[in-house]
Amino acid sequence: MSLRIVVTVKYVPDATGDRHFADDLTVDRDDVDGLLSELDEYAVEQALQISENSDDDVEITVLTVGPEDAKDALRKALSMGADKAIHVEDDDLHGTDAIGTSLVLAKAVEKAGYDLVISGMASTDGTMGVLPALLAERLGVPQVTLLSEVSVEDGTVKGRRDGDAASEQLEASLPAVVSVTDQSGEARYPSFKGIMAAKKKPVQSWDLSDLDIEAEEVGLEGAWTKVEDASARPARTAGTIVKDEGEGGKQLAEYLASQKFI
Amino acid sequence: MAEVLVYVDHVDGAVRKPTLELLTLARRIGEPVAVALGAGAENTAAALAEHGAVKVLTHDASEYADYLVVPKVDALQAAVAAVSPAAVLVPSSAEGKEIAARLALRIGSGIITDAVDLEAGDEGPVATQSVFAASFTTKSRIAKGTPVITVKPNSAAVEAAPAAGAVEALAVTFSAQATGTKVTGRTARESTGRPELTEAAIVVSGGRGVNGAENFAIIEALADSLGAAVGASRAAVDAGWYPHTNQVGQTGKSVSPQLYIANGISGAIQHRAGMQTSKTIVAVNKDAEAPIFDLVDYGIVGDLFDVVPQLTEEIKTRKG
Ligand SMILES: Cc1cc2nc3c(=O)[nH]c(=O)nc-3n(C[C@H](O)[C@H](O)[C@@H](O)COP(=O)(O)OP(=O)(O)OC[C@H]3O[C@@H](n4cnc5c(N)ncnc54)[C@H](O)[C@@H]3O)c2cc1C
Ligand SMILES: Cc1cc2nc3c(=O)[nH]c(=O)nc-3n(C[C@H](O)[C@H](O)[C@H](O)COP(=O)(O)OP(=O)(O)OC[C@H]3O[C@@H](n4cnc5c(N)ncnc54)[C@H](O)[C@@H]3O)c2cc1C
Repeated sequence: MSLRIVVTVKYVPDATGDRHFADDLTVDRDDVDGLLSELDEYAVEQALQISENSDDDVEITVLTVGPEDAKDALRKALSMGADKAIHVEDDDLHGTDAIGTSLVLAKAVEKAGYDLVISGMASTDGTMGVLPALLAERLGVPQVTLLSEVSVEDGTVKGRRDGDAASEQLEASLPAVVSVTDQSGEARYPSFKGIMAAKKKPVQSWDLSDLDIEAEEVGLEGAWTKVEDASARPARTAGTIVKDEGEGGKQLAEYLASQKFI
Repeated sequence: MAEVLVYVDHVDGAVRKPTLELLTLARRIGEPVAVALGAGAENTAAALAEHGAVKVLTHDASEYADYLVVPKVDALQAAVAAVSPAAVLVPSSAEGKEIAARLALRIGSGIITDAVDLEAGDEGPVATQSVFAASFTTKSRIAKGTPVITVKPNSAAVEAAPAAGAVEALAVTFSAQATGTKVTGRTARESTGRPELTEAAIVVSGGRGVNGAENFAIIEALADSLGAAVGASRAAVDAGWYPHTNQVGQTGKSVSPQLYIANGISGAIQHRAGMQTSKTIVAVNKDAEAPIFDLVDYGIVGDLFDVVPQLTEEIKTRKG
């Protein structure tokens, strides 16, 4: 038996950098360093663990939709231990929204061939947390999402989803789309050996025509949503800062009372 | 007037506050029609009517509890077909976003998530989002199809606006995908008696500075003196001092209370992502250089083990 896992990984601007918007109200990617979305490292980690715990022949492909530099995200995932990578890159993809991204990812996953798709819980830039559900809808397979624990056995994926009101045990037959949270287990660091090995692993590049997608279906023009304005939040006016000299708690109570919180 | 569908988040018929907030926002763009699903759906009608729902579409079936997400998408799609709404509003919970996304795809529409405000516009509703850890504010609209928008808790005031709230049965046919993901077990979370974190007017949080699970009693005591919810930073959660369900931040809950009190929390970008839209921010931290102080309306540089108990005592005294 063999198990084909596709892990979707996003290349995002570093959250600790000065993220901002370009003139066309898309994310400015030139001014801030990009990296593999940290939450997708958890998805790669779970794919590796499923592989390590399996008697089957497991092949892990990492897939990204993004600009030229997004190859860095793929390299990172390969150095963690994934087997091969697919980069969907096309100038016409600039400005694609969630619905459009799900189209591209779904077509790419189908073309790659899969039994299991593993995604992160959310990207660290758009942070919508909708792509895995959209992918499942497009592919017509079960979504087993937001798992803090996941396992695969005999063609079935099982997991635990910790929600607000309850913690749920979930189960679905493969093929399926899974997403994992940052509670699923610390992601490993690439070893030196892993980093060297990654340089020799195959990275395929596909464009829109490889996926039979028309330019009008994606990009800024094709987007189902339109950003009309983006403005930096005004800096907070400097607050009052008091050093505790024994009465700090009482002073704070006074402030809270003055603001009618007490 | 155009109808606006509002997806109802309820627990056995008790409507959660974010849904009532959605009814306020829905009235800005049309007449709210609520969709309540699952056990107790019919019992939601009174609360929904009181807050402006002209109609309440209900449906109960075991599928809603036994399978993940898709049965609810099927039902909402049936409601869209029945009503032809001007927009669909869904509370921005993890599940709400997934339901909304799949619905948008099915009905050929765009989706906006985590709106913090909503206004009627010439070309349809305009949503305000607070992005990049709340360092930017964007205004967006749906360019194609029926707007599907998820709205964060605490984005609007709950307003009473009595309406008919006539209950109507919704006819739902489940899709082949509905039973794809089985819920094989469910452990309900124990209630602490404190307000729900995302809905609370005041949140009191503790971070690594709290230095131990047992010390969270200090944070809880302050929270209880204010009738607040308790939050925690990821460092405190990862250390096992407080449950993950109480984590505030990018991978935890995003809160937007009237008052947020951060104790022993440095203010990392991922923490700020979950609390920066709080109206008033207060911090207690012994390091005057901690980045959290850049955000505060009022900050105390001091040891939380001195400041927090004194504050709690003073609040109790003042409240008598
Ligand atoms: C600040 C901001 C706000 C936005 N708001 C909206 C909006 O309201 N509506 C809208 O339609 N679009 C919006 N977008 C665009 C949208 O975020 C992206 O189009 C998109 O990639 C999908 O959403 P996400 O990144 O939030 O992914 P999420 O749904 O949060 O991502 C979940 C997982 O999907 C996978 N994934 C996501 N994107 C990719 C990718 N490109 N390649 C490989 N895997 C991927 C990853 O595994 C990731 O962990 C916004 C973007 C930004 C930067
Ligand atoms: C992908 C990703 C997602 C993340 N998601 C989240 C998230 O959702 N939420 C989150 O919180 N973090 C998140 N983080 C982690 C985040 O980067 C920080 O590591 C974390 O917020 C730090 O928690 P802290 O402020 O409690 O701890 P620290 O940064 O260690 O700060 C502790 C503070 O306590 C102060 N202190 C110590 N003792 C005392 C005392 N006795 N009295 C007063 N002050 C004292 C110190 O001066 C210090 O400022 C995420 C990180 C990543 C990479």
